[in-house]
Amino acid sequence: MAEKPDDTGPVGPSNNADAYWRANLLLVACLLMVWFIVSFVCGILAVDYLNQFRLFGFKLGFWFSQQGSIYLFVLLIFIYVWQMNRLDKRFGVDEEE
Amino acid sequence: MSAQLLTYLFVGLSFGLYIGIAIWSRSTTTNDFYVAGSHVHPLANGAATAADWMSAASFLSMAGIIAFEGADGARYLMGWTGGYVLLALLLAPYLRKFSKFTVPDFVGDRYYSQTARLVAVVCVIFISFTYVAGQMRGVGIVFSRFLEVDINTGVLVGMAIVFFYAVLGGMKGITYTQVAQYCVLIFAYLVPAIFISLTLTGNPLPMLGFGSTMNDGSGVYLLDRLDGLNAELGMSAFTDGNKSTVDMFFITAALMAGTAGLPHVIVRFFTVPKVRDARISAGYALVFIALLYTTAPAVAAFARVNIINNVNDMSYEQAPGWFTKWEASGLIAWLDKNGDGRVQYRGGNALDPATPEFATGLGQSGERLLSNEASGNDNELYIDRDIIVLAHPEIARLPNWVIALVAAGGLAAALSTAAGLLLVMSTSISHDLMKKCLMPNISERQELLFARIAAAVAVSVAGLLGIYPPGFVAQVVAFAFGLAAASFFPVILLGIFSTRMNKEAAIAGMVTGLTFTFSYIVYFKFISPETNHAGHWLFGISPEGIGTLGMLLNFVVALVVMRVTPPPPREVQELVQRIRVPRATM
Repeated sequence: MAEKPDDTGPVGPSNNADAYWRANLLLVACLLMVWFIVSFVCGILAVDYLNQFRLFGFKLGFWFSQQGSIYLFVLLIFIYVWQMNRLDKRFGVDEEE
Repeated sequence: MSAQLLTYLFVGLSFGLYIGIAIWSRSTTTNDFYVAGSHVHPLANGAATAADWMSAASFLSMAGIIAFEGADGARYLMGWTGGYVLLALLLAPYLRKFSKFTVPDFVGDRYYSQTARLVAVVCVIFISFTYVAGQMRGVGIVFSRFLEVDINTGVLVGMAIVFFYAVLGGMKGITYTQVAQYCVLIFAYLVPAIFISLTLTGNPLPMLGFGSTMNDGSGVYLLDRLDGLNAELGMSAFTDGNKSTVDMFFITAALMAGTAGLPHVIVRFFTVPKVRDARISAGYALVFIALLYTTAPAVAAFARVNIINNVNDMSYEQAPGWFTKWEASGLIAWLDKNGDGRVQYRGGNALDPATPEFATGLGQSGERLLSNEASGNDNELYIDRDIIVLAHPEIARLPNWVIALVAAGGLAAALSTAAGLLLVMSTSISHDLMKKCLMPNISERQELLFARIAAAVAVSVAGLLGIYPPGFVAQVVAFAFGLAAASFFPVILLGIFSTRMNKEAAIAGMVTGLTFTFSYIVYFKFISPETNHAGHWLFGISPEGIGTLGMLLNFVVALVVMRVTPPPPREVQELVQRIRVPRATM
C-alpha cells in the first residue's frame, strides 16, 4: 500500500468513501487474523504443542499466553493507527487541522 | 518509621493530590461533566483509561489468582488486554466520530428507538453497580489491614473522596485524577516487583526475570524450580493448565468482547478531540495496561516461590509478623492436622468447607482455632488469594516504605475505577433517562444538577454495597463481562459495520443474548449450584465463558431478523456512512 495520492484519481465522493471503507475492512481483517492467531491459537488451542519448545526459561505456549500475546496486541494497535492515518490521507478523508 | 505511619503518610499525600486536582479541574458545563469538553490529550486519556480499567481486581486479586492457578490465569491476562484490540479497531474511532456523550446515546440514535435506549440504560446501570460494589470493598480491605481501622470506616473515607471529585469535577475532574492515580498505581505495582525480581533472579525486569535462572547459583530456571516445588508438594505444575481448552477459549473470548463493550471504558473515547486521537489513545491505554499485565504473572510466580520457601515446614511459633497479622484478619488459616506445630503446605484444600470459619480460643501453638473439619489431604494451610499482592512485599522482607506504597496503589486502583463507573451511571440517568426520555425540556443547568445528584446517590449506594456486601456480588462481577459481551458488543459492532442493521434486529439480538446468558448463569450459580461442573455444562462451557455463546446467538438472531424486516430510515443509513469517515464534511 504505497502512498500515491495521484492514483486515486477524480472519483466521486461516494465511490471514494466506498474504496476507503473497503481498504479499512481489509486492514482490520488482516490485523484481527493476527490477533486471533497470537492469542487463541498460540495461547490456548496450540498451547500444549508449543510448550515442547522453549524461549529461555519459558515454555513457548506459556510465554505466548502470559506475555507474548500482550506485546503483540500493543503492536497491532500501533500498526493499525499508522496504517489508518495513511489511508485517511490517501483517500483525502483525514481530519482538518 | 513504622509501616503504618508511612502508609498514613503515603495515602494522605495521594488523597491530597487527588483533591487538589479535582478543585483545579472542576466542571461547569454538561459537556465538561460528561466528556471533559472533548479536550483531553490522547496520552492523558490513555493513562486515564488504564486507571479507569484497572480495578481493585487487576491490582489486588489478579496476581494472586495466577499464583494459585498458574497457566489458567492466562484467560484474564489475554482476555482483559485483547479486548483493547477489538475496541481500537472496531469501536473507538467510530464512536468518537458519532460524538455524543454515552453508549445509550449511540444505541438510541442508531436504532431510532427509545426502547433500545432504555434497555441500554438498564444494562449500563446493572453492569456498573455490580462492578462498583467490589471496588468499595477493596478500599475497605486496604484500610482495615494497613491503617488498622474498621472496614466500614475505610469505605466511608473512600466514599467521601470519590464523592468530592466525581460530583464536583465530573468527567473533567475524574480524567485528571485518574492520570495521577495511574502514576501512583503503576509505580506501586512495579517497585516491589522489581525488588523481588532482583532478589530472586538478579534481573531488574520482572517480565524477563521470571523466565531467568534463580539467583542462588543453582543455574535452574525459576519456572522449572517452581514446577519442581509444586510437584514435590503434590500440586499441579505452575506452567500447565487444569481448565479444558474449550472453556479457556470461551472464557477468554467473553472477557475480550466484554472489555470492548464495557460502557465506562467506551465513554473514555468520547473525551479526546479527534477520531485520530481516539485511535492512538487506545494504543497508549494498552501500553499503560500492558505494563501491569505483563508484570502480574511474574509477581505471581515470585510470590509462589517465596510463599513455599518461607512458609512450608515453618514452625508456627516462629511465624513472621505478616503471617499472624493476616491470620488475625481471617485471610490466612492454619489447621495443625498432624500436631507437630509446623505448617505443612501441600496440594488441595486444607479445610472442609474450603474457607475458614474461626472458633474462639487458641490452639496448642497459639494459632486461631477453626470450626472447619480437616479435609482428607495433608495440606494444613489456607491462604486467601486476594492478599498475595498486599502481603508479598512483607513476605519478601522489603522496606516499610514499599509496603506503604502498595497500600496507596491499591487504593488508587479501586478509587479510579469506582469514579469512572459512578460517572457513567450518573450520566445515564441525567442525560439518557431525564434529558432524552422523561424531561426533554430541562435546561443545561438543570441537567447538570441532575447529573450531580445522580452521582451523589450512586456514591452512597455503592458505599452501602461496600459496607453490607450482598453475598452474590463477588459471583456476579465476573459475569458483568459475559453480559456486556452478549448485549452491547454485537449491537454496537453491527450498528457500525452494517448499514442494513435495524431496530428489530438489534432488540431481538440483545434480548436473546441477555436472556440466554443471564439464565445460564442464574441456573448454575443460584438455582442449582451443586450441578455447576463440567459434566453438566453446555458443550463444557462454564458460566464464566457462556457470554461468548450468548454473543454468537445475539449475532445470529440479529442477522436473521435483519433480513426479514424493513431497512432502517434513510437518515440512519446516512449516519452510519458519516461515522465511517474521520473528516467532518463528507
